[in-house]
Amino acid sequence: MGHIGAAVLGAVFNLNHPAHTVDWHFIHLSVANVVVIGLMFVAFFAALLLPFPGASRRRGGDS
Amino acid sequence: MSATPTTPGTAPAGPDMHSWTVKVREAGVEALPPEKLLPDGQPTYVASWIYMFGVASIASLIVIITSGSILALKGPAWWHDTSIGHFFNSIHMWGVELFFFVMVVHLWGKYWMAAWRGGRTRVWITGAIIFLVAVPTALTGYVSQQNFDAQWIATQAKDGLNSVGVGAFFNVTNFGQMYSWHILLLPVAVVLLVSAHVLLVRTHGVVPPFELEKRPEFAAAADGAPAPDGAAGAEGQS
Repeated sequence: MGHIGAAVLGAVFNLNHPAHTVDWHFIHLSVANVVVIGLMFVAFFAALLLPFPGASRRRGGDS
Repeated sequence: MSATPTTPGTAPAGPDMHSWTVKVREAGVEALPPEKLLPDGQPTYVASWIYMFGVASIASLIVIITSGSILALKGPAWWHDTSIGHFFNSIHMWGVELFFFVMVVHLWGKYWMAAWRGGRTRVWITGAIIFLVAVPTALTGYVSQQNFDAQWIATQAKDGLNSVGVGAFFNVTNFGQMYSWHILLLPVAVVLLVSAHVLLVRTHGVVPPFELEKRPEFAAAADGAPAPDGAAGAEGQS
């Protein structure tokens, strides 16, 4: 699995080059870290907006 | 601690209040009664995904501690040279990635809730300290990998640490020293701080949303008194 997995992932993500970065004034971030930060924003707003299972029943029920 | 003598036919005397164990027990039960430590339910406002990131952080920490314990027992040759070692190494690393991911979303959520309201200052402060202690815990892990990545990170970090004057006693190029920090001192600190953080949350209750605080039953909370009981009672338990 190790060699096969590495070969498959290597075909999808070409890592044989210097890291891509985002540069703006003193800010210097790798694209990988920018993607993670973007996913954190997505998770944050999804957590605020998506309904929680059973939330409406609990609020309307035994209060 | 001394035994409490009783006379046959009479009710047993009360606890010896001079005993330090009795004092500690009484103070502990008063601060955090069992029904507060392990409550039957949570206020209904906790039924939101944004409240899940605290427990997700704890779940990630459990994965990190478990996988890290196995790595520590097996050693660098195992985690570099065997497939199962690679697997646990990856579990440990991705556990850390997930821990910081969910911890920061937890921090954002609590910041915008102003979660220090209602006498919860110590909850906020312990959370902030956990974040600050988790960063060097992760750094000492990255420089303990025993590979070129660890050497690169260590040689980059040493310049920063030398520039602030701590390099003499916190040497990131010293594997033994960094490994000791990483597998003992810093994890113990993180676990103790997380325990204190959780106990403080249980003591003060989960911070209510802003609109609830404006209701009369939450007026006391605005004066600095903790509001969990009122919150739970007014909004029902889930």
